[in-house]
Amino acid sequence: MRTALFAVSAVVAVLRLPAAVAADAAEDWGPYALEDGRRSGYTYAASETRAMQDDEFENSGYIWVEKGAELWDEADGSVGQACSDCHGDAPESMRGVGARYPVFAPEREKLINLEQRINQCRTERMGAEPWTWESEPLLAMTTYVRHQSQGMPVSPVIDGPAAPFFETGKAFYEKRRGQLDLACVHCHEMNAGNMLRAQRLSQGMSNGFPTYRLKWQTIGSLHRRIRGCNEDVRAETYAPGSDEYVNLELYLAWRARGLPVETPAVRN
Amino acid sequence: MDKPRVKVPKKVKAGEPFEVKALISHKMESGQRTDEATGQKIPRMIINTFTAKLDGEVVFSARFYPAVSANPYLAFWVVADKSGELEFTWVDDSGDSATAKKTIEVS
Repeated sequence: MRTALFAVSAVVAVLRLPAAVAADAAEDWGPYALEDGRRSGYTYAASETRAMQDDEFENSGYIWVEKGAELWDEADGSVGQACSDCHGDAPESMRGVGARYPVFAPEREKLINLEQRINQCRTERMGAEPWTWESEPLLAMTTYVRHQSQGMPVSPVIDGPAAPFFETGKAFYEKRRGQLDLACVHCHEMNAGNMLRAQRLSQGMSNGFPTYRLKWQTIGSLHRRIRGCNEDVRAETYAPGSDEYVNLELYLAWRARGLPVETPAVRN
Repeated sequence: MDKPRVKVPKKVKAGEPFEVKALISHKMESGQRTDEATGQKIPRMIINTFTAKLDGEVVFSARFYPAVSANPYLAFWVVADKSGELEFTWVDDSGDSATAKKTIEVS
């Protein structure tokens, strides 16, 4: 009897695996997958991670959304004004902003991303100190502002004055670097979906940033993630907010065009 | 400590279990990491106790250990027979605490 039971459970175990894989492949990803094959990192995440992102309460990224909402109304700097004094209600005034950044800033004659725009407002209009990169308030405000575009398609402008910066970002993406001599394309285009040790490689879409990463146990910026990638191939890293990374950010936004802004996404 | 987030249904039925969700932002420093700059151990600083009380009576409590990740999230079920106030308390190694209160209406 015991042998017979064991045999039955062994058959069940063998049968279960292919069935689960087939169900995953047939999944309807809705807005997270586009017809041309581009897919959000959401579709590469484990079901538990996706469930965590989908539940507004369980998604730890919302801690930063809430912190950002508080900072939005908090006066700071020598002018004594808060973001809300100029921009009113963020859900209205900031809707769509996060979906199109980074943008060309004529006054700087280069691209500017969301973090830099927030600090530009602080230093030039509020008379406040800029927030340092990856600090709690800068992460909170960036997350809060980008969250207002949640569900909207990523839609950067890459022509006109932004064109040369887009080309530079694209070249960065395609250039081999580091001791491992790998370019972004080698993992995120040629091997997306394959395993890199214990992790499934995604297409490297930027639509969920700032992202709550379980490995970090905190929310983090896109530039922090890119630095991690550069370190992984044992390459020189650039400073967060450097021109190299902001140009790359525009190219990544273009790769993710049409995918919904997910901020705050949850990834492993 | 930061302000916690708690989710409970506003209205519940007497004797029927309902789900409570509780999340707090905390770094949960395990005490096992070394500061690379100084070579010194980073001292442990975690939330060690969580308590949920309904009108002063403990309905759920938990002790946390260093393997619990940052920003700990708890979900548990509670049964209530009458309306009252749920009080949640988190205490960390420094003795610092955070409290949240929610009133539930039992019908």
